[in-house]
Amino acid sequence: MSASTVPSQPPSDPPAAPAARLRLTGITKAYPAVVANSEVSLTVQPGEIHAVLGENGAGKSTLMKIIYGAVRPDAGVVEVDGRPVVIRNPQEARALGIAMVFQHFSLFDTLTVAENVWLGLGKSLSLAEVSRRIIATTQEYGLQLEPTRPVHTLGVGERQRVEIVRSLLTDPKLLILDEPTSVLTPQAVENLFVTLRQLAARGCSILYISHKLHEIRALCTACTVLRGGKVTGVCDPREESNASLSRLMIGAEPPALEHREQPAGAVVLEVRDLSLAREDQFGVDLQHIALTVRAGEVVGIAGVSGNGQKELLYALSGEDTRAADDSIQVGGQGVGRLGPMQRRARGLHFLPEERLGRGAVPALSLAHNLLLTRSDAVGRGGWLQLRALRAQAAAIIDRFKVKAGGPGAAASSLSGGNLQKFIVGREIAANPALLIVSQPTWGVDVGAAAQIRGEILKLRDSGCAVLVVSEELEELFDICDRMYVMAKGQLSPSLPRAEATVALVGQWMSGLWNTPANPIKQLLTVTVLRQACCGADDQTGPLDAVFEIAEGESLEELVGRIEASRFLQYSSTHDTLHGLVNDQPVVIVFGPSRGRPPEYLADPASPLVALLNGQPLHFVFRMNEGGR
Amino acid sequence: MWKLEARPQPSRLWTFGSPLLALLLTVLIGVCLFVALGKDPVRGLQIFFWEPIKSPYALGELMVKATPLLIIALGLAVCFRSNVWNIGAEGQFVIGAVAAGGVALLADKTTGPWIVPAIIAAGVLGGMAWAGITALLRDRFNANEILVSLMLVYVADMVLSYLVFGPWKDPQGYNFPQTKTFEAVTQIPRLMSGSRVSIGLLIALAGAAALWIFLFRTYAGFAQQVGGLAPAAARYAGFSSRKALWVALLTSGGAAGLAGALEVAGPIGQLTPYVPAGYGFAAIIVAFVGRLHPAGMVFSAILMSMFYIGGELAQSRLGLPKSLTGVFQGLLLFCLLACDTLIAYRIVSPPKRPAAAPPSRGRHLWPGEAGSTVAPAKHED
Repeated sequence: MSASTVPSQPPSDPPAAPAARLRLTGITKAYPAVVANSEVSLTVQPGEIHAVLGENGAGKSTLMKIIYGAVRPDAGVVEVDGRPVVIRNPQEARALGIAMVFQHFSLFDTLTVAENVWLGLGKSLSLAEVSRRIIATTQEYGLQLEPTRPVHTLGVGERQRVEIVRSLLTDPKLLILDEPTSVLTPQAVENLFVTLRQLAARGCSILYISHKLHEIRALCTACTVLRGGKVTGVCDPREESNASLSRLMIGAEPPALEHREQPAGAVVLEVRDLSLAREDQFGVDLQHIALTVRAGEVVGIAGVSGNGQKELLYALSGEDTRAADDSIQVGGQGVGRLGPMQRRARGLHFLPEERLGRGAVPALSLAHNLLLTRSDAVGRGGWLQLRALRAQAAAIIDRFKVKAGGPGAAASSLSGGNLQKFIVGREIAANPALLIVSQPTWGVDVGAAAQIRGEILKLRDSGCAVLVVSEELEELFDICDRMYVMAKGQLSPSLPRAEATVALVGQWMSGLWNTPANPIKQLLTVTVLRQACCGADDQTGPLDAVFEIAEGESLEELVGRIEASRFLQYSSTHDTLHGLVNDQPVVIVFGPSRGRPPEYLADPASPLVALLNGQPLHFVFRMNEGGR
Repeated sequence: MWKLEARPQPSRLWTFGSPLLALLLTVLIGVCLFVALGKDPVRGLQIFFWEPIKSPYALGELMVKATPLLIIALGLAVCFRSNVWNIGAEGQFVIGAVAAGGVALLADKTTGPWIVPAIIAAGVLGGMAWAGITALLRDRFNANEILVSLMLVYVADMVLSYLVFGPWKDPQGYNFPQTKTFEAVTQIPRLMSGSRVSIGLLIALAGAAALWIFLFRTYAGFAQQVGGLAPAAARYAGFSSRKALWVALLTSGGAAGLAGALEVAGPIGQLTPYVPAGYGFAAIIVAFVGRLHPAGMVFSAILMSMFYIGGELAQSRLGLPKSLTGVFQGLLLFCLLACDTLIAYRIVSPPKRPAAAPPSRGRHLWPGEAGSTVAPAKHED
C-alpha cells in the first residue's frame, strides 16, 4: 500500500546532523475554484513552536491537512527528519510521529475520556492500559483529566485536553494545533501554553495555527505567514509587533474604528429574571438573566460559546417562545411569547452566528434571502414583486460593498465575509430599533470584519440599540460601551467599557463575578496565580483570581472555598495552584494529585519548582480525593 | 481511476441533463432486459415508446393515465419541497376514490349534473382527511410521517375492500366484490367523443400552472419552501413549521383524493378492489424525475404513463409479465438518483503519470524527486 520508493517509517537512529523536523518545499494545491497553496515552503526545527499565521482562507488548514495526510498536494516535497516522504493518509502521518488536534473536536459525547482516547489508538491496547497511560501522561504534563468521566460532562477546555492527551499518547514528534484557543477562556489559554512549552522543551515540534497575533507573539519562536495561499513572510514573532505581523498577514493594518462617546438614550431592550430550562440534552439552562440595552449604545456579551449564549439568543429572537411575556421587553412591551416576525415588527432584528442555513438559505438567491426578514417586496395578497426584490438586493450589495455575482447569486456562492456583509446589510437597511448580533465577524476576513464593526458603530450613532454576543474579547473591547459576561447560563452584572480588562473579563468568564476585583483591598489575600511559569513573557500580568481571607478564617477553610468555587473548573490544567498568603508563597495541590509521590514537589523538573523560582515553600495544602 | 470531485457550484446543465441521462440508461438497461428475456429489443422498445403515441386514440390513453399521475405529483411536490415526506398518496387516492364513489352511489335517474362537482369535492375532502391523520399524528406526537402515511395506505385498501365486499356490494353483481356501476350522470365530462380523456386533464394542467405561481410568485409559497431548504432559516425567519406541515399534507392529500375521484367517476365508473393501481407510488417517481418543478412533472407524468401502457402491451403482445412496468419505473428512479450525483460532483479523469510512478495511485508524484511537478488534473464537465 505504501510506495516502494520512500520509506514511510522514520529511521530508528537519529540523523547525525540536526535535520529539520519538517521541511516543506514548493507545496501547491489547487481546488476547482481556488488555489489554496501556491509554492509554500516551511521549515520546523525540533523543539520549535512554529506559528502558521494567516486569515481565514489563507490556506493554513489545507497546508496542515497536507502535512497530516488528509489532502494530497498537486506538487511539492515533504521531508520529515531530512527524508522525503509521501504521506497518503493520517495513519501514515501518525506512523511518522505527526499528530493533529483539530479545531472541531471529534469526541463521542456518550463515551468516557478513556474510551474516546482508546478509539483513536491501536486495537492492541486494553482499555485499562489506555487509562493507565492517560493518567501517566496527564501527570507528566500536569494536566487534569479523569479517564472515567463521560465526555458530555466535560467543559470545552477539558474536551480539548482529551484531544491533546490522545495526541500525546502517540508520542508525537510534531504536534499540529488548529486554532486551539478559539474555545478557551484567557486563563485556559495560559494553561494550554504551559503544556505546549513543556512539550516543546522535551523536543516535540509544534505547529500552531492561529490568526490571533498576541497569542503567537507570546508563545511561538518562529512564524510563517500565509496570505492568499502564498508565504508572505517568515519571522521571529517575539521581535515583531502586532502591526508588523498584521501587515504581513493582510497586507495592511486594519483601519482604526471611530468610537465616539455619546449619552445612551431610553431603554429599548430589557430582560428581567429570564430563566429557561434547556431544550436539548446537551444545552444550558438559563438562570435569572437580567440585562438592558439602551438606544445609542452597543452592549456586548462576552463568554466562551456553549455557556447559554445560544439559548439566550433563541429566547431573544423569538425562535424560542417559552419565556414569560414580561421577562423580555422591547420598548416597554412584553414580547416573550411573540414569534420572530412579530418581534421584527416591533423593531427587533437579529443576526444569528450560523450564516448559511439559518441567517440565509444556501440554495436561494440573495434577493430571495431578503424575504426571510424583509417583506418590502411583498405586495398585496402576498404576491412577490420580483423586480422590486432584485432592486432591493442590488441596493444592499452596492451600499455594503458585497462582492457577489448580483442579486441572483446563490447565498452559498459568496465567501463568508461577503455573505455576512450582505446579511448585516439586510438587517441594518431595515432601520431596526434594536439589533442583536451573534459573532458578527466569526470566520470573516479582517477587511470585512472592520467594515462590519464600523457599520455596527454607525448604527449605534444613529440611535439604534445594539447587543453583540461574541467570543472575541478584542472585538467587544473595540465596539462596546458596556459589557456583560455569560458563564454557565448566568449573566454577570453590567461592566462599563472603561472598567473592563482582559484579566477581569477572563475571570468573569469562569463565572467569578462575585469575587472582588481589587486584590489590595485587604491585608490577607491569597492571590492565585495562573501558571506563573508563563509570567516571564506574559505582559498582561499574572493575576487570575483573588480570594479574600476573612478575619479568623483558617487556611483550610480558605482552600475549601477555593476548591468549591467554579474557578477550578476552568483553571485546572494544572492540579496545583501557587499563591501568596501575606507575601509568603503557598502551593495548594488539588484533587487528582492523589497517588503522586511527594518527590514531585521536590523534583527540579517539576513545574512547581520552576514556579516557586527557588523561594522557600511555606505551605503545602493537599486536597484529598474525597475532600470535595 | 476515475474520481468524483465536488463542483464549486451545482451544475445547471446537469440539473436538466440528469433526467435525460437517467432515461437513456433506463432504456439501455431495458434493452439488455429484453435480450435476456429472449425478446427482440427493438420490438420491446417500440411497444414502450412508439405504440403509446402512434395514434390519436393511443395518445388519449396516454393522457388518461398521465392525468392522475400529474395531479398526485403536483401535490407531492409541495410536500417534498417543504421537507414533508408523504409516501402515502396511494392511500389518499383510495380514500378520495371511496368518498367520491360514495357520493356517486347516491345518484339515481333523476339526479342533475350538480353531482359531478359534489363527487370531485368529496374526493378532495376524503384525500385531505386521510392526509390530515398523518399531519395530526406528526404535529401532536411527532410521529414519523413517512411511516404513518405509508401504513395508512394499507388501512385505506382495507377500508375499500370492506366496503366493496360488504355494505356497498352490488346486489345484482353476482357476488363480485364491486359496487353497482355509477349512473351516467356521474361521469366526469369528457373532452371529446371517441376518447376517454376528461376535463381531468385540464384540471391537472391548470394545477401545474397554479403550483408554479404558488411556488415562485407568492410569499406563502416562498415561506412554505424555506422549511424544506433550511429548517433553521425558516425558524429564524418565523415561518411556522406546523403551518408548512399542514399545508403540505392537506394539499397533497387533496390532490391525491381529486385524482381518485376523477378515476372512479371517469374511466373506472364503479368501486372495485382494483381501484388502487399504484398511481400514488408512481407519482413519487414522477415528482422527482420532474425535479419537483410543475413543468418538469408534466413531462415525467407522460413518461411514466408510457411505462404503464407499455407494460400492459408487453403483457398482451410479448407475453411478458406486467410487473415490467414496475421494473422500468424503479430503474428510472434508481438511474435518476445515480445521475443526480453529477449535479454536485464532476468526474475527473486520472492525470497522466510518469511511467515510474506506482501504477494504482493518482495524484501524488513527489516521491524522491524533489521539485517534480504533476500536470494539473483535467476536468470532465
